[in-house]
Amino acid sequence: MDKWEDNKAWFLVLPVFIIVAFSAIIPLMTVVNYSVQDIFPGKRVFVGAEWFKEVLTSHRLHSALWRQFLFSGMVLLIEIPLGIIIALAMPKRGWGVSASLVTLALPLLIPWNVIGTIWIIFTRPDIGLFGATINSLGITFDHTSAPLDAWVTLMLMEVWHWTPLVALLAYSGLRAIPEAYFQAAKIDGASAWATFRYIQLPKMRGVLTIAILLRFMDSFLIYAEPFVLTGGGPGNSTTFLSIYLVKIAVGSFDLGPAAAFSLIYFVIILLFSWLFYQALQNVGKGENNG
Amino acid sequence: MAYIELNEIAHSYLSKPEDQADYALKRIHTVWEDGGAYALLGPSGCGKTTLLNIISGLLTPSQGRVLYDGKDVTALSPEKRNIAQVFQFPVLYDTMTVSDNLAFPLRNRGVPKNDIIRRVNEVAEILDLTAFLKKKAAGLTADAKQKVSLGRGLVRSDVAAILFDEPLTVIDPHLKWRLRRSLKQIHEQLKLTLIYVTHDQTEALTFAEKVVVMYDGDIVQIGTPQELFEYPEHRFVGYFIGSPGMNFLECVPDGDRVRVDNVGIKLDAPIAALANQAKGKLELGIRPMYLQLSAKPVQDSVEAQIKAVEDQGSCKIVSLSLAGKTVRARLPEGQPVPSGKAWLIFPPQKIRLFDDGRLIKQAVGSKLKTGNWKLQTEE
Repeated sequence: MDKWEDNKAWFLVLPVFIIVAFSAIIPLMTVVNYSVQDIFPGKRVFVGAEWFKEVLTSHRLHSALWRQFLFSGMVLLIEIPLGIIIALAMPKRGWGVSASLVTLALPLLIPWNVIGTIWIIFTRPDIGLFGATINSLGITFDHTSAPLDAWVTLMLMEVWHWTPLVALLAYSGLRAIPEAYFQAAKIDGASAWATFRYIQLPKMRGVLTIAILLRFMDSFLIYAEPFVLTGGGPGNSTTFLSIYLVKIAVGSFDLGPAAAFSLIYFVIILLFSWLFYQALQNVGKGENNG
Repeated sequence: MAYIELNEIAHSYLSKPEDQADYALKRIHTVWEDGGAYALLGPSGCGKTTLLNIISGLLTPSQGRVLYDGKDVTALSPEKRNIAQVFQFPVLYDTMTVSDNLAFPLRNRGVPKNDIIRRVNEVAEILDLTAFLKKKAAGLTADAKQKVSLGRGLVRSDVAAILFDEPLTVIDPHLKWRLRRSLKQIHEQLKLTLIYVTHDQTEALTFAEKVVVMYDGDIVQIGTPQELFEYPEHRFVGYFIGSPGMNFLECVPDGDRVRVDNVGIKLDAPIAALANQAKGKLELGIRPMYLQLSAKPVQDSVEAQIKAVEDQGSCKIVSLSLAGKTVRARLPEGQPVPSGKAWLIFPPQKIRLFDDGRLIKQAVGSKLKTGNWKLQTEE
C-alpha cells in the first residue's frame, strides 16, 4: 500500500491521546517534575535525585514499609487459612447456602470508612460492645493508647472485613470440584485430611492464587480503615505507607519528598502487579496441562 | 471377587416418594455372577448410574438389600465393600505421580511398603503404565489417565468388583478401541466381576458377556448380545439395540396372518396361534436387516412405497411406507434398490410379536432363558 499524502489519520487517535494525557501522563509527569525540584511559593529549584536519596534513607519510611509488610503478611497468614476453613464448613446445598453467602457478603458491601467508624465504636473501652466487654473482664484494652491494642483491633477489623472474600473464592473453588473426585476418594479409603490435601487443596489452587494476590495488593494499599480507626497512631505504630505518604504530602506540604515517595510506592505496586499478572498466567497454563 | 445379589431394590431421590414416577429405580431383583462382565445399557436418565452407585455403595437404596456373596452390604460404605469404580472422566490426584496415584488406596489401608511397591509394579505392567510411573499424573493423555483410575482399583488384591460409569465418554475414538481391548484382556486375565455402564450399544455389546438393558428405572432384559438382538423381550430392547432399531407395526390377528390395516403378513403356525391369544395391543416386530426387498411381487410379499434411501457405505437403509407406516430395511451395499414401489418380504421365522410391548415367546425353536426379572404390571 502506498503511503497517504497527508497525515489525517493522526486526528483519529487524537481524542484517545488527549484523554490518556490528561488522565494519566500529565499527572504522572507532574509528580516526576515535583520529585526532582524543591518548591517554594513563587520559586522552584532543581535538586536532582536528592529527594529520592532522602526518602530511601528515611528511617520513617523504612519502618512504615516494614510495618506494611508485617501487616500484609499477617493478613495473608490469618485470612487465607481462615477463609478455607469457613468455605469447608459452609453447607453444600439447601437454604443454608444462600443464607451463609449473604451473611458472608455483608462486610464486603459496607463502605470502607464506615467500617473504620463501626470498629471505633465497637472497640471503645467505655461503651463499645467489644472494648467494654474485654475491659470488664479485667484486661485493659484501648486502641487509642496501646500500640498492641491498636494492631489487634486493626487485624480484627481487617479479618472481619476481608476473610469473607477469601471464603467466597475458596467456596467457589470447592463447589467446582466434580462429585466423582469425592466418590473416588471415598472408594480409595482416603481420610478427610488426605481428601483435603490431595483433592480440595490442589483443585483450589487457582482461586487461592487469586485470593492471595488480591488480599496482598489490597492490604498493601490499605488507607481508609486505619486512617479512620487510628489515624496512624498511637505514635506511628499503625502508620502504613499510604498514611505516611498523605502525612508528608498533605500534612507537612513536602511536595518534593512526597512525589519521590509516590514514585517509589508506584514502582513497588507495579512490581507486585507484574507478579500478580505472571502468577495468573501460570495458573492458566497449569490448568491447560492438567 | 463376589457374586452380587440385588434384592428388591428400589430407589427414589425424594425423601417421600408418592407414586411410581418418583422412583428412579422401580424394582430391581437380580443376581450377577462372580467373574462376569456385565454391561448396563440404557438411555440417559433410565437409572443405570443410580443402580451402579447402589452397587458400589455411594448411594443407599430407599428399599431393598444388596448382597455380596450372600452377605448383606446395604449399609456398608464403598471402601468397606471393597469395590473400585472408574468414572466418566478420569479422576486422578493431579499433584501425585502415577505410582503415587496407584499406591494411594493401599497406603490409605496401611498396606506394608514392600507389598505396595510390588502391587504397583504388577498393575503398571498389566496396564502398560510402567514407563509413566515416575511422571506427574496431570500430564498424561486421556486414555492413560483413565487407565490410572482403573489401576487404583486393580491394585487392591481383594477387590470384589470393578464398576465403570461410562468410562470412555471423554476418550478419543481411536483410543477408545485400545482401552476397550485392554479392559477385555484384564477381564480375561484377572477374572474380576466387571460392571460397565454405558448408553453406547456398540460398547456394551463388544465389552460384555451379559448385557443388562434398563429402561425407565427397570431392568427389561438381561441377555447375551445375540439374545438381545434376536429375542428382545420388550419392544424397548428391540428399538434400542440395533441400528436402526427394530420395526414395529401395530396389527390384528387374522388366521395364519396378522393384518397391518388391510395388509396381511404371513406368520408361522405356532406363533399365529399365540397371536390370537394376545390380550393387549399386538405389534409385529422385525429387524431391518431381515426384511427383504423385491422389485416384483412374489409370494407372501406386500407392496410398499419407497420414501428414502440412505447410503451408509457398508449398507443401505431404505425407508418405506407400508399402510401409512414407516418401515426401515437394511440392504447389503451391492443390492440394487427399486425406485418408487417395492415388495417387502417378511421372513416368518424372523417375525417377533409383542403383546403390550412384551415379547410373545415361541415355544419352538427358542433357546430363550427367562431372565430373573419382572415388569411392572401397572404400567
